[in-house]
Amino acid sequence: MTTTEINLTPRDFKGKSNPDWCAGCGDFGVLNAIQRAVAEMGFRPHDIMTVSGIGCSSNLPGYINTYGMHTLHGRSLAMATGVKMANHEMNVLVTGGDGDGYGIGGNHFTHTARRNTDLTYIVMNNQIYGLTTGQVSPTSSIGMTTKSTPFGNVEQPINPITSAIMNGATFVARAYSGDVRQMSDIFQQGIRHKGFSIIDVFSPCVTFNLTNTHDFFKERIKKLEDDGHDTSDWKTACEKAMLFGDEIYTGVFYEGDRSSLEDVEPVLKEGGPLAYRKLGLEKDDAQKIIDRMM
Amino acid sequence: MGLGTYDFALAIGGEAGQGIATPGDILARIIVRRGLHLSTYNAYQSIVRGGHIFLTMRISDGEIQNHGDKLDLLLCLNQDTMNRHQRLMGPGTRIVYNSDSIEPGTEDKGADLCGLPVLALTDNSRNRLVQNTVGMGAIAFLMGIDFSVLEESLTLRFQRRGQEMVDENVKVARAGFDYAEEHFKLFDQSPPSGGKPLAVWSGNDALAMGGAAAGVKFYAAYPMSPATGVLHWMANNARNLGIIVRQVEDEIGVANMVVGAAQAGTRSLCATSGGGFALMTEAIGAAAMMEIPCVFINVMRAGPSTGVPTKTEQGDLWQVLGASQGDFERIIVSPLDTLDAFNTMAEVFNLTDKYQCPAIVISDLYISEGRYSVDPDKINMHPNIDRGALITEASDTDGYLRYKDTESGISPRALAGLEGYVHVAATDEHDEDSTLLSDEFTNPHKRRQMVEKRARKFDTILSDIAAPVLVGPADADVTLIGWGSTDGIIAEAVGELNAAGVSVNHLQIKWMVPFHGEEIMAILSKTKKTIIVENNYSGQFARYLRSETGFAADGHIRKYDGEPFAPHHIVDGVNAQVNGETDKYIPYQEITV
Repeated sequence: MTTTEINLTPRDFKGKSNPDWCAGCGDFGVLNAIQRAVAEMGFRPHDIMTVSGIGCSSNLPGYINTYGMHTLHGRSLAMATGVKMANHEMNVLVTGGDGDGYGIGGNHFTHTARRNTDLTYIVMNNQIYGLTTGQVSPTSSIGMTTKSTPFGNVEQPINPITSAIMNGATFVARAYSGDVRQMSDIFQQGIRHKGFSIIDVFSPCVTFNLTNTHDFFKERIKKLEDDGHDTSDWKTACEKAMLFGDEIYTGVFYEGDRSSLEDVEPVLKEGGPLAYRKLGLEKDDAQKIIDRMM
Repeated sequence: MGLGTYDFALAIGGEAGQGIATPGDILARIIVRRGLHLSTYNAYQSIVRGGHIFLTMRISDGEIQNHGDKLDLLLCLNQDTMNRHQRLMGPGTRIVYNSDSIEPGTEDKGADLCGLPVLALTDNSRNRLVQNTVGMGAIAFLMGIDFSVLEESLTLRFQRRGQEMVDENVKVARAGFDYAEEHFKLFDQSPPSGGKPLAVWSGNDALAMGGAAAGVKFYAAYPMSPATGVLHWMANNARNLGIIVRQVEDEIGVANMVVGAAQAGTRSLCATSGGGFALMTEAIGAAAMMEIPCVFINVMRAGPSTGVPTKTEQGDLWQVLGASQGDFERIIVSPLDTLDAFNTMAEVFNLTDKYQCPAIVISDLYISEGRYSVDPDKINMHPNIDRGALITEASDTDGYLRYKDTESGISPRALAGLEGYVHVAATDEHDEDSTLLSDEFTNPHKRRQMVEKRARKFDTILSDIAAPVLVGPADADVTLIGWGSTDGIIAEAVGELNAAGVSVNHLQIKWMVPFHGEEIMAILSKTKKTIIVENNYSGQFARYLRSETGFAADGHIRKYDGEPFAPHHIVDGVNAQVNGETDKYIPYQEITV
């Protein structure tokens, strides 16, 4: 992050293309909140890399003016980990959907949390597969009818918040895409946090999920901060994260201070970003390698 | 091949956990310090304890690139070794064994039986590894190696563990040496002093070192035999050399991390075997679409599926040719030996940087896990590093197009984080400025333009790499064609055949993609009888050669039992085909492990 005075506005982070999302899609709010967050934090476009997978929400890197990678379905966290290893001075945002992150990318989600890589992962969770026109997702509720579950979903949904906490993520939050101010605040906290930050955002799909709508969330959402939640208390965080009935909490569930992967990687202790270092071996190092083979 | 005046092979057999590696390593170091050449092949199974391990070590004062055709000395660490391999040992050979626990087998072919009463020679009956050291002492005597040389090696090996450990090993080895001197017959020929001391490495060491020398800064892996040696080398050297090494949850994560790190600007590498490579393939296509240079090593083992994890095969050629969906350009290279594997890494990294594409290096268990001597002066640890059209400085100019449609097809690529070069790399088809073409903007003319731009990069790539060369008499009656790791084995067979009056030459192919079709046809159109040698059932290279050139070989020598070729397998195969007995020869594997 830069310390010089820069007066960029969210508009300066507008990408080359306009979003192709449906009118009313929750993802618009998430995009606005990200642009607002990075502008308010004083970033410049080249300070940030936005990495996504595949899906409606994963089109986001094309809509934001930062370095970007629009990668493979489910692989955003792995690609982003590579980016972060190669240039740990960049702020790496990872964006995508619930199918991308918790379904096909679930293994990377688990292990990225464990490694505590300093990434800010924003999941636009619409509890449905949108781009493939409406199939069940790993966060779809039991009983939900979709094109692939015409008689109702019978499988228990994953809980991204408790999963992230259990797997070792050190900043775990939930937001709702209808509240740009709260989202922007949480995104800024997540970006500032050193370690793996995951923000699961309820981002309703207005076309294929007629259950978890804007109205559904507006009636139920409560803010953790209003309850005076202690973010170091992971047990209470998990209890509150399990609620998905009349009350659904948003806010920061858990924040820990475990070292991030970059902090414990000896090669990154000094010398600047890996990608900018001189290539090739030092004479002494090369000779030592040969000597050990003799 | 430059075979010398001394050609000796010994084998050590036992079960996993009996400590075969240590005497093998000590002997190897004695040999290379003396300036002699070495080629070892370890036959083993995928178990940590038990089973049967058979380490073959061939020694010569000439350069050797294979484990050879015969054994002169067998050290049995268990009865099973005696029972399995006694039949391989004819007159003039020696079998060394612990006579307290091992009995001579029933298949006596004339070897001298050299039983060592280990208990009587040592007072250390508690240590079951003691027979290895007694055996080493006896081997040193039989081969004509001075005890002082063995003593020095044992000291170097054990000094980290204290003087007591050194003394005990030296004492026990001395007992074996002295007993052998009193009771056994020395081999007629003892190892000559070669030239200057040589070094010893495995193919996996060479691949990892080649990567490090080429400037690899990020290495990711998931352990998989027979590629794990690359990970171990990288892990041991990472801190010292400033290489980030990560063991990742699966090969999908490995490959995607490598692509991500490469996009941010580091030279990035990973290695696996066929099963892991299968999981990596989608990321290889991603690297091609986003035009990101990175290198994937596939160390082949016998497949399909889990297959025979500890055995060799050249069975993944079509896997790498077809890796990932879509129609795209990639580089595929199969190094010919360990030094070539080392040199190939710098070469292939320069090519991927220049052409901004993925590259696949196909090795196999035979060269990757085999240990070979190498002249340290031939290892260039400071190869030329050329990163191609890479932008490394910020700029205030507007309008950077990451995928600019240039005449060469190569678009200057910026390190991530530079001001003035903000861009998105996308796996969707995209325009010159990274705008996606594949969603609402689909445009067939732009799609065609971008496909052609990426393909055009490869119009000139053949001129950057060496074409294969025909070795041996140009007008030979038989031309042997091989690829990758069989080079040294075929070359030795060619030497033997010519010496026996069968006129043979040899064409070994290293670069699979791009492929020197015209140059190869210029050679093959002048040949009389062609035989393709490869370590698989279906003739993967034979089919590839035909698909690229229309050329169909006259005959084939194939082996797919998990074990590598030995030179005599090829000699026999050529003779059988010259005599008209067959046009497809499958050699019989004599050593079963």
